[in-house]
Amino acid sequence: MGPLIPNGIIPADWDSIIAILIGLVFGFVLEASGFSSSRKLAGVFYGYDFAVLKVFFTAALVALIGLYYMDYLGYADINLMYVHPTYLWGAIIGGAIMGVGFVAGGFCPGTSICAVAIGKVDAIVYVIGIMIGVLIFSELFFLFQPLYEGSFMGNITLMDSFGINPYWFIFIFTILAIGIFALSDKIRSKVKKVFY
Amino acid sequence: MKIKTQTNRHIYWNPYFGGFLLGILIIFTFYITGRGLGASGAMKSSVVTIVDAVTHSHAADNAYYKQFISEDKSSMNNWLVFETLGVLIGAFISGGLSGRIGWRVQHSPKITSKRRLAFALGGGVLFGLGAQIARGCTSGAALSGMAVLSTGGFITMLAIFGTGFLVAYFFRKNWI
Repeated sequence: MGPLIPNGIIPADWDSIIAILIGLVFGFVLEASGFSSSRKLAGVFYGYDFAVLKVFFTAALVALIGLYYMDYLGYADINLMYVHPTYLWGAIIGGAIMGVGFVAGGFCPGTSICAVAIGKVDAIVYVIGIMIGVLIFSELFFLFQPLYEGSFMGNITLMDSFGINPYWFIFIFTILAIGIFALSDKIRSKVKKVFY
Repeated sequence: MKIKTQTNRHIYWNPYFGGFLLGILIIFTFYITGRGLGASGAMKSSVVTIVDAVTHSHAADNAYYKQFISEDKSSMNNWLVFETLGVLIGAFISGGLSGRIGWRVQHSPKITSKRRLAFALGGGVLFGLGAQIARGCTSGAALSGMAVLSTGGFITMLAIFGTGFLVAYFFRKNWI
């Protein structure tokens, strides 16, 4: 059965139309969850609003459980899904630079697009910044190339890296997330409220 | 009606509800297309298209740009670009229904809008650079990677949020 387009069940010509529809729902959910507000997003780093943490980990867990369940029931083949490749140092250093950019700018690319859609001027400036960042990377590609292409470990999953059972991992990850959600509510009740 | 949107302006969905719907959307996306969501990819395509239009020979010489340029197809004809157009429309509909649309610079009352815009620009530059090095942002690498247990996705997620918490102290004046 699934995935439908790689298996030829839906013709590839529909790809772009499906992309717009998926994006539409993505944008609606992000905006309705408050992700068009940089002050709400930044709250996760200061403990006054944990919406980012809750939405992000709930989404990852629902997707993880759902995809593995569909694979288990035979509705979709998880081995045909695209696994984001692992370039160890690229992921660590790139992620660290993004972390600083997140706290400084208050958005990540997806949320900044939502904020642009409702007219936030700071988000428009942020998107221009991202494009400048991409330009700097591309123009200085010879400098970044060893980092970008180095320490390639393949399109590996946690099962390949640590030999763990995915079902047990998902179960423990879920329990851990529920604990973190409870902890975040405790922290929030102790932190000074910020109104925005 | 006016009063209703006034009071609803800062009322958002329950985060678990939003997260649940987002998770369902990721399942649906993987089920249909075999891949996840993304956001920074469209900005990369835009930069490639602009550079290619301004100076084609320069773009064709650069080892990074030339991966994304093809002779028979525009680099804007790309799944992520169409998806991002959808994000703009979807966010506009949601913002419109709740009365959140309007030109404004959102910032803490303790800082000026000029300072906010300067930090937004700097943060954007860093995020754009980092997203290229890590081959994806919070959506494409971290969220969609985690959904299929990609090791790189988990590392990128830990690096983004870990660094965010580490450096948050130095940016506190901007937010609290």
